Amino acid sequence: MEPSIRSVILDNGLKVFVREEHTAPLASVWCWYKVGSRDERPGQTGVSHWVEHMNFKGTTNIPRDRVKGIIEQFGGTWNGYTWIDQTTYFETATHDALDRMLFIEAERMARCLYHPDDCESERTVIISELQGGENDPDQLLDQELTATAFKAHPYRHPTIGWLSDLESMTRDDLYGYYRRHYIPNNATLVVVGDVDQDDVLRRVEQHFGAIDPGPAPGRIRTIEPEQTGERRVTLRKEGTTAYLKVAYHAPAAGDPRFVPALLLDAALTGAKGVNLWSSFRGQPPQRRARLYRAIVERGLAAAVSGQLMPTADPFLYTLSATATTGTPLSSLEAALAEEVDRVRREGITSLELERSRKQLQARLVFDADSITNIAHQLGYFETVADVDLFAGLPSRIASVTLDQVADAARELLGDSNRTVGWFDPLPTDGVAHRGSNDAGRD
Amino acid sequence: LSVTPSTTRSSGSPTGSRADLDPYRTTLANGLVVLVKETRKTPAVSINLAVRAGSVCDPGDAPGAMHLLARVIDRGTKARSAEDIAEQLDGRGVSLAINVTRHLFSMACTCLAADFEAVLSLLVEIAIAPAVPQDELTLRKREVMTSIRQDQDNPAVRAVEALMALLYGEQHPYGRKIRGTVEAVESLTRERLLDLHAERFTPGAVTAIIVGDIDARLAVAVVERAFGRWHAPACPPPPPAPFAPASVRRRRVVTMMNKAQADIAYGFVTIKRSNPAYYAHWIMNVTLGQYALGGRLGDSIRERQGMAYDVSSVFDASLLEGPLIIRAGVSPANIDRTIASVDRELASMRDEGITEKELDDTRRYLIGSMPRSLETNAGIAAFLQTIEVFELGLDYDRRLPDLLAAVTVHDVHAAARQVLAPERATVVIAGPYQEP
Repeated sequence: MEPSIRSVILDNGLKVFVREEHTAPLASVWCWYKVGSRDERPGQTGVSHWVEHMNFKGTTNIPRDRVKGIIEQFGGTWNGYTWIDQTTYFETATHDALDRMLFIEAERMARCLYHPDDCESERTVIISELQGGENDPDQLLDQELTATAFKAHPYRHPTIGWLSDLESMTRDDLYGYYRRHYIPNNATLVVVGDVDQDDVLRRVEQHFGAIDPGPAPGRIRTIEPEQTGERRVTLRKEGTTAYLKVAYHAPAAGDPRFVPALLLDAALTGAKGVNLWSSFRGQPPQRRARLYRAIVERGLAAAVSGQLMPTADPFLYTLSATATTGTPLSSLEAALAEEVDRVRREGITSLELERSRKQLQARLVFDADSITNIAHQLGYFETVADVDLFAGLPSRIASVTLDQVADAARELLGDSNRTVGWFDPLPTDGVAHRGSNDAGRD
Repeated sequence: LSVTPSTTRSSGSPTGSRADLDPYRTTLANGLVVLVKETRKTPAVSINLAVRAGSVCDPGDAPGAMHLLARVIDRGTKARSAEDIAEQLDGRGVSLAINVTRHLFSMACTCLAADFEAVLSLLVEIAIAPAVPQDELTLRKREVMTSIRQDQDNPAVRAVEALMALLYGEQHPYGRKIRGTVEAVESLTRERLLDLHAERFTPGAVTAIIVGDIDARLAVAVVERAFGRWHAPACPPPPPAPFAPASVRRRRVVTMMNKAQADIAYGFVTIKRSNPAYYAHWIMNVTLGQYALGGRLGDSIRERQGMAYDVSSVFDASLLEGPLIIRAGVSPANIDRTIASVDRELASMRDEGITEKELDDTRRYLIGSMPRSLETNAGIAAFLQTIEVFELGLDYDRRLPDLLAAVTVHDVHAAARQVLAPERATVVIAGPYQEP
């Protein structure tokens, strides 16, 4: 990265990264925690995400009804998300909000309230979030596929949690989890924008310096045993469209085989952003990609995509396809498997490697378009691996060889490393409409 | 600002050094408008060719025609194969997003600054001379028909589509589906799409918006070289379609028993974007259903009652009278409670308006958020497109704070009295629910 990043570690263990970007009068503050759904025990699935929700519900010094409005006064936006390895919170606003943003994150780290009434009302909000997700057959299939692909590692359960756990967890479960994981020595603070590095570090010390560290939470150490045979899951449910997913256990972000696998994915389905957020931004350039040509251009699928995320432990490389109406899932799967096998046997061509490199390099440029995205990218990598890994990405992408991609294909795309998921729709029994013009009804 | 003067003129400065947006705008001799903003943030350029050829231009018997054209327009030109176009774009890491809204057909992408000229020339060729090969059309139709069927299984989409059809009538361009129907898409021919393209794609209907690491004069020269020799007579906009405003409350259920939760879409027809009361309506809507995760509706339905993860309202005043739509995803057991809460919040805002503090908060938020919305090249391009479509003027970014500052609580109350009438609301519920 060209612009310099200042990094310090406070005495209490909080890691801080500051990067000045004077392109707009804005600042973005992110606070990352090394806690995600992989840290959850049976019976408490979904607790990381629920805790994230509770951390917007007031603190000792921010009354419940004053949470909203602080950042808005600076034209800002704020939010948070939870995934398998991480939980993160951010504010982006005009730069004069810097002190308020740091104050909010310090409060969030140390002094959230967890009022029992708020825990209860959030329980039903999260169940609504879960059910909204279940309305999407693709998401439902993804959840089942992941649970089938992993038999031991806690990556197997969905971040939102299983319904019965959401119904039974208590306020004490939530608060205890919060206290164990929300400590400065388990967090990374990232500040990017129209700020002065020295000023930021002074303010960070003021807001966070007095927060006590805690015992390192320690993570569940289960290593997923090597998969020794293909696994399959078929969902049969009313619907209009058939979906196919094929997942392979994939290298973690810090594994030297990760970047060759990124190039392999770019050749198969087109390059996308290299983190959870940016991977969703727009369609990848994929018209010349192997799988697009093999299944979309042959009319078997309306869409194809690949997902390979940087994760702390080995997660999944997932290929997804939406069958065109009338295409049997077996035909779609066979066509996809044929192309995947070809790449596994033969690797990719030098033209494909060149195109994939160019796509990934361009994407890294496009993704550095806002301070929010820059800060996200830094914090994401530091939380799942190491920020230096991100800084080294362009040169690593440039130096990957055809042999390394061929090796990645051979190791990754084997039959016995594969989990296949089908969403095979049952006919809907016609969708009933009822209407009324009854003015008095409601 | 007039939209299509017949002679070349320019305003703004080609280099624009102030913090103000100050874009450069010029009209080519053939009527095509070019809007450029230089930024030096990343070595990249965002391009948006916006054509006034949205779904309002769909023939009455062919809803979805413009959307289908969007799916096939970049699959071959008179001089280039689909494969060649794909290689040109993929090889540069460019993903071309072709999007159809009610009023616009837009071709947008971001490319590296070094690739600007090649990419722009390719986009222009696609816009001017698509070939629509028959085999490509057959494939893309299949994809579109599949996506229409996917939508039919999506309660959120079904609820909004049914609401729009009820609010405007199924023949009104806002009441029809942008993607059309399976039957209409199936019956569209190559000739029909080419005719439609010839009719609607004319220089006077196009705005080329270019934002990024590129010299403004050079950008205009490239556009002029690519587009300058293109001539075609302008096509009048489609005639305005009438609709009957709701006089009673209407409720429609789209039963989808295979779903886990229901989506509610609750709405009204409001005003045109050109209405002077637009800013009061905008502030009203943000206070009602957007400010800090869902406004008053979010406070009631999500925060206090814990009934929905998603609840918000959207106000979409446009060239025609646009809708205000409130949406929530809720458990079937909470449908009536949610609708009653919406009714209560609307009645309260209609009867009592908003407070001075709410007005002040919302206004500060909207004004303060401008640097954020104008931070990225794509954000600036979207803003410039809005300026052009609604004829807001090149100094709109400077005037907007004053326009918002001039709105009073009385103006917002008047807007609320005009729009928020639960007794005339149209309500659609899509999901695992049947009327008792």
